[in-house]
Amino acid sequence: MTEEKGEVALFVTCLIDNLRPDIGFSVVSLIEDAGFKVIVPELQSCCGQPNFNGGDKLNAQKTARKVIDAFIDYEYVVIASGSCGGMIKHHYIDLLVDDTLYRQKAERLTAKVYELSHFLCEVADYKPVFIDKMEVTYHDACAGLRELDIKNQPRALLAQSGVNIIEMDEPEVCCGFGGAFCVKYPEISNQMVEKKVMDANKTDAAALVTGDLGCLMNMEGKLHRLGIDLQVFHYAELLTRERLTRERLT
Amino acid sequence: MQVNSKDFIPLVNLALDNNSLQASLGMLGKGLSFKRTAAVADFPEFDQLRDEARDIKDHCLQYLDIYLMKFEEQVTNKGGHVHWASNEGEAREIVLSLCQAENARTITKSKSMVTEEIDLVPFLEDHGLDAVETDLGEYIIQLRGERPSHIIAPAVHLSKSQVADTFFDQHSNLGFNEKLTERVDLVGEARQVLREKFLGADVGISGANFLVADTGTIVLVTNEGNAELTTAIPETHIVVTGIEKIIPTLEDASTFIRLLARSAVGAEISAYTSFITGPRREEDQDGPKNFHVVLVDNGRSEMLGTELQDMLRCIRCSACLNHCPVYLSIGGHAYGSVYSGPMGAVLTPQFSRLEEAKQLPNASTFCGRCESVCPVHIPLPKLMRHWRNKEFEAGLNPLSMRWGLRAWALLNRHPLLQHMLASLGIRILGLFGNKATGYIIKLPGLAGNWTKDRDFRTPPSTTFMSQWKTMQKNRQKKEV
Repeated sequence: MTEEKGEVALFVTCLIDNLRPDIGFSVVSLIEDAGFKVIVPELQSCCGQPNFNGGDKLNAQKTARKVIDAFIDYEYVVIASGSCGGMIKHHYIDLLVDDTLYRQKAERLTAKVYELSHFLCEVADYKPVFIDKMEVTYHDACAGLRELDIKNQPRALLAQSGVNIIEMDEPEVCCGFGGAFCVKYPEISNQMVEKKVMDANKTDAAALVTGDLGCLMNMEGKLHRLGIDLQVFHYAELLTRERLTRERLT
Repeated sequence: MQVNSKDFIPLVNLALDNNSLQASLGMLGKGLSFKRTAAVADFPEFDQLRDEARDIKDHCLQYLDIYLMKFEEQVTNKGGHVHWASNEGEAREIVLSLCQAENARTITKSKSMVTEEIDLVPFLEDHGLDAVETDLGEYIIQLRGERPSHIIAPAVHLSKSQVADTFFDQHSNLGFNEKLTERVDLVGEARQVLREKFLGADVGISGANFLVADTGTIVLVTNEGNAELTTAIPETHIVVTGIEKIIPTLEDASTFIRLLARSAVGAEISAYTSFITGPRREEDQDGPKNFHVVLVDNGRSEMLGTELQDMLRCIRCSACLNHCPVYLSIGGHAYGSVYSGPMGAVLTPQFSRLEEAKQLPNASTFCGRCESVCPVHIPLPKLMRHWRNKEFEAGLNPLSMRWGLRAWALLNRHPLLQHMLASLGIRILGLFGNKATGYIIKLPGLAGNWTKDRDFRTPPSTTFMSQWKTMQKNRQKKEV
């Protein structure tokens, strides 16, 4: 093995940890393949977004402090979610604006927090090897797109691995997940996700790809309910698609 | 402000089931976002102007008192009058007494969201005045007894045939007995009816898009020319507008005018942009004899110095509505407020009460598309979150949600316990899964709202964290 370029602390995220551990391992293998050592700090939790967006600011601040303490000493922190990544990188400083000590710590931490594709493209300068040809459509998850400018990075990585992206109509429009929104306003959410998966399905792509678990589960759940045979993947899964089982890829 | 946002959920369900509304919203969303994108692409200075516009507004809000007093001085110097209304009731009374002083019977009115906010027209009607909306959309909904469903396209919820039916019902007593089918004929008929009103009006009421402090000028941006007929023909012109519309100079007005139509409808400029300064002078050929400006506060000054101050930059362009996937799913009436979409979700709790309007700032996915298109960079998701914080502080959300969030936060402070409980949780969740399909089709409680319309992939029985731990242990054993 060649010498490691550095150490990356992986912020796993609750959804990957509990509901899609396999995506977590795809993420680990990508970061390792890019030449970095992966560390998974044991004392990690949720980023605090449910409390932050639920109006429970005090508890969001408490959670943010714990996350900061758990990750501040690492060289890089990588998150395979624009939503959790946006929470930490985009909102922590503002959330802790009245706490001088932790605001400074938040500034230090956020400077080394990266969404996965951003890290792979711009820090690791990772060039995926060609795997095989495949046609997919890509949904831009909102927080990654608008809080972290994630747009071209996953597309570039996928293209290098042989993936051709057929853009759907309005790929930047929200899928209707919105965290608690989807269970607080299920009727509105349903209308939004139905429109989204229909737009995706119209492309005739072999798969629908995105970068956030919330959107992924929402769109996948809707497609399955509608009986539409369109697989949904995290881009990390597709970049390591030799790991995927045969039945999921056909 | 009349608000029925407490009925948000039933109103949403009505809207989702309304096929003609859904068709209108589909066209609105696609059409305007496409046009705006094209207009912005053709105008490289757009982003720079947005920054400038934000800075101008911020500056004005910081020195609001000074600019407003300067505006008053200029209006007075030019022979007009400025009236200060601290709340909607005062604003209505001022307008009524101005109308009564002129013995007015017929009043024409051009489009103004502030007059909607203060429920002016029904109030004038209750006092025996014939107050007619002259903006085509506003006129249509006035005939139907409805409220605007969009801040610049008030009748966007209606189809052409609904408008035709309304005109057929309401215009027959005026001698129009033909059921029309063509758009151009409908407009023609409305024009004929309104022409009489324009010529006979005693008072014209307008809003204002901008108030220029330097010159005492009001700027009106419209597309139909009705505002010009409303403000120039009657003897008295009353402007009703909010105190936040102030800008320093005419040069600044050009900054905003270049942003407004592009943001609103993707046009370089609207069909009519009028600058009105004071009443008719001796050498003028037309214009009103009396010129009044009613400056309405109605909760605006309370926003100064708070997080909500940024909202006072709003120029009512509607870009946030036109790009909001929630607004485009449910339309404006579901919000139960004349201000709908993201801007309405921020303003309505302020202009009414949070208890009344608490659903509105919650009904957002925080996708951020509104903020990304706002011409004055209002952080709309942040301001909706401001209301969610207030709601939580005041204990207005459901107990289950409050305790759920607290319990979650407690576990976040004890990650090892959280990982243990999560491992248990996903096993329980797994019990609901169908082995053959790998999906859960029905979940209990709040999660049932998920499975009402979607399936849920059954999670594997071990979490990432526990698998990782096992792998690390095995690796260590090997190394030993």
